[in-house]
Amino acid sequence: MSSSLGNQIGQLARRSVLRTLRQPAQIVPALVFPLFLLAVNTGGLKDATSLPGFPTDSYLTFILAVPFIQGALFSVMNSGTDLARDIETGFLNRLALTPLRGAALLSGLLAGAFVLGVIQAIVYLAVGLIAGAELAAGPAGALVLLLLSVTITVAFGTIGLFAALRFGSGEAVQGLFPVFFVFLFLSAMTLPLDLLTTDWFHTIASVNPVTYLLEAIRSLLIEGWNLGDLALGFGIAAAIGTLGMLAAGSALKTRLVRT
Amino acid sequence: MSEQRTAGVGAVARGVAWRSIHNFLTNPAFLVPALMFPLFFFVSFAGGLAAIGEVPGFDFPSGYTAFQFVFVLLQSAAFGGVFTGFAMARDFESGFGRRYMLAAGHRSGIVLGYALAALFRAFVTWTVLTTVALVAGMEIAGSGAEIAALYALAILVNIAATLWAAGVALRVRSIQGGPLMQFPTFLILFLAPVYVPLDLLSGWIHTIASINPITALLEAGRGLISGDPVLVGLAFAIGVALPFLFGLWARGGLRSAEAAG
Repeated sequence: MSSSLGNQIGQLARRSVLRTLRQPAQIVPALVFPLFLLAVNTGGLKDATSLPGFPTDSYLTFILAVPFIQGALFSVMNSGTDLARDIETGFLNRLALTPLRGAALLSGLLAGAFVLGVIQAIVYLAVGLIAGAELAAGPAGALVLLLLSVTITVAFGTIGLFAALRFGSGEAVQGLFPVFFVFLFLSAMTLPLDLLTTDWFHTIASVNPVTYLLEAIRSLLIEGWNLGDLALGFGIAAAIGTLGMLAAGSALKTRLVRT
Repeated sequence: MSEQRTAGVGAVARGVAWRSIHNFLTNPAFLVPALMFPLFFFVSFAGGLAAIGEVPGFDFPSGYTAFQFVFVLLQSAAFGGVFTGFAMARDFESGFGRRYMLAAGHRSGIVLGYALAALFRAFVTWTVLTTVALVAGMEIAGSGAEIAALYALAILVNIAATLWAAGVALRVRSIQGGPLMQFPTFLILFLAPVYVPLDLLSGWIHTIASINPITALLEAGRGLISGDPVLVGLAFAIGVALPFLFGLWARGGLRSAEAAG
């Protein structure tokens, strides 16, 4: 293997992408589960649009932002589980004997999350539009939505890498799934922030970064171009990704010292 | 002989239940999700969707917190059974289930033991859930008997879900069968009127919810907590029929596990 960083990332990225594409058990739930909840929530909560102050008359358009975040949560599990398996099978130890750089390992492993993020975003948006959702920002907005969705997915994927390196067990990574769902459930997932009438819930949702990721996606679907919401969404995703990579890099060093 | 057989089933069930309960109580990886999942759903639905109670046509006297409490109670009952199915599958995957099969004179006691454990874990969850709901200010307008009937419905759902999951676990005998236990349960629960009453649903989800047996359980439960009982007879008929049907399913699973050796 050449020691150039680009080549190292390329080799691992190829492996990560193929590994993801060859595991329907990773792709199918990440597509089906969020779409099922989209259908159920749209059917069950469409009367919410009659609440004063609800930003759109289409609940489908409003709730369509949620699958993008749910899909990103699956990337935590997928990227983390894959790396944990590498640790459990000793593959990481073998990689440690090569001149591979830590940055290449982490970046390469995120390629699977990137590809899954692209597939998810296209499927969710296509299904949503076919079902009658609106995209106020138009075709250019679809591209920005794709970019934002992939950024969020990759950012969440770094947390999966950190968890795998920290705990070294696929079971432990899987155990994080409910924890991340808490962030989604305690956000402005089903109603806008202004319509969360329970004080303590409103407070939690206001400080929950997932609320602002949802609002960034919703701004493209409902309002058109709200640069403030978009900047906040991209900024939060970038911050999560940066912190996740730093934490994963530190955990990688610790793990390699241990081995 | 008959007395010995009864004692045998009971002894097996007690042994299996004790071990399963011990594992549940001593392993945070099992205990914490069982407690936290229903609480998250309750907090998210009751807290995050409180404004839904102001939607035109929504008329539930005990308020949205009580409305969602009933759903989360039945959901935790069902998932208590499913999670016990996971434990059963894990035991068979690790070979412990086979040792149960060799040691137990009356193998139906194995399923009974897991069912008792499922009921125990459901009681633990309901204690925490009910306490949190009351602290959060949930209004209960139903009488003591009506609330007892609500919990009786939850017990029947728990038994039905355990037998369903046991049937899968005994056939698949691997934790890989987990999605098979979980997904249909999740599906049937969420295709009921979760967020608003049946009358406020429309379109395909109204059609499905109208024929979903969980709808009757949910509507009866909500009627009981608000002191305005509806569909109680139908709900209990369904509540008894489901464990009977899934009991046959679990018995088939037991035969399958026996045949596999």
